[in-house]
Amino acid sequence: MTKDHYISKDLRSGIISGLPIVFGYFPVAMAFGLLAKNTQVSLRDSSLFSLFVFAGASQFMALDLIQAGITAGNIILATFLLNLRHLMMSASLSVRLKEIKKYWLVFIAFGVTDETFSVTSLGNRNLSVPFLLALHGVSYASWVLGTIAGYLLGAILPVTVQSSLGIGLYALFVALLVPEIKKSIPVLFLSLFSGIVYAVISYFRLVPASWSLVITIIVASLAGVLLIKEEATEI
Amino acid sequence: MKNYLPLILGMMAVTYIPRLIPLLIMTERPINPLLKRFLLYIPYTALGALIMRGITEAPPNMRLITLVGISAAALCSWFKGELVLSVLVAIVTTFLMLQF
Repeated sequence: MTKDHYISKDLRSGIISGLPIVFGYFPVAMAFGLLAKNTQVSLRDSSLFSLFVFAGASQFMALDLIQAGITAGNIILATFLLNLRHLMMSASLSVRLKEIKKYWLVFIAFGVTDETFSVTSLGNRNLSVPFLLALHGVSYASWVLGTIAGYLLGAILPVTVQSSLGIGLYALFVALLVPEIKKSIPVLFLSLFSGIVYAVISYFRLVPASWSLVITIIVASLAGVLLIKEEATEI
Repeated sequence: MKNYLPLILGMMAVTYIPRLIPLLIMTERPINPLLKRFLLYIPYTALGALIMRGITEAPPNMRLITLVGISAAALCSWFKGELVLSVLVAIVTTFLMLQF
């Protein structure tokens, strides 16, 4: 095949891999748009949140904190802590993106979310620039358009449809993880242990809520390094 | 209405920079094997934590439904191994449960 063929094949594969994210993001973004409107945030600023920040959990948190009258500085700090997990995710991705040119990484980095990271990391895909840009691009478009649609149109989707599609995002995580668990006991250990650590940390409030995810990821991955035998790590 | 642009730009910086820095500096040189193992475990530990968060942070009346919905995805994924199908099964299962 020629180079152009590879590019269009990877673009298509990126778009298709992104579809579960597109359908999951849209209703969640609509909910964000509507909630932003009800929090008295202008249409321009609501759209800019999604256009510039592109981080679901922290955008919802920001609305919550705005309503509670928290200062911008403190909201930014909380966002930083909450999104430190993406530092770990980007670090993990870097192992597999050594061949990619720096200037592409500047664009690719913007689209590293829990969902895109999960799709890129699992399932043994060929991580080319067209694949990554297409996957991130369709996810981003869905997030931004969903926000604007939610702001302008309100709750046009019935609540039951919204919740079902929202749960689809967690189903995506599960459906990505299960085939890996099937192949490998260490993966079962890592994910199960991490889930338990998260449950314990958040239930007993051992760390501030915005720290829970990143601390869990560090603790569980470290435990993996210490407990899993090296030869078992071809995962 | 209040102007939230400074807040948005601040949030953008603290979100984008942590996503960017590791990609720029860690792709440069070979890394220590222990660190590499740590990094390769992250997808699995991140997913374990995210899934647990999805269940524990669901509103109380949605918790059981969330659990059943994602279990449906897990079963479908285990037996069929089809990503999109598993997600659809979860969405449809959840939707049906919400009708009653």
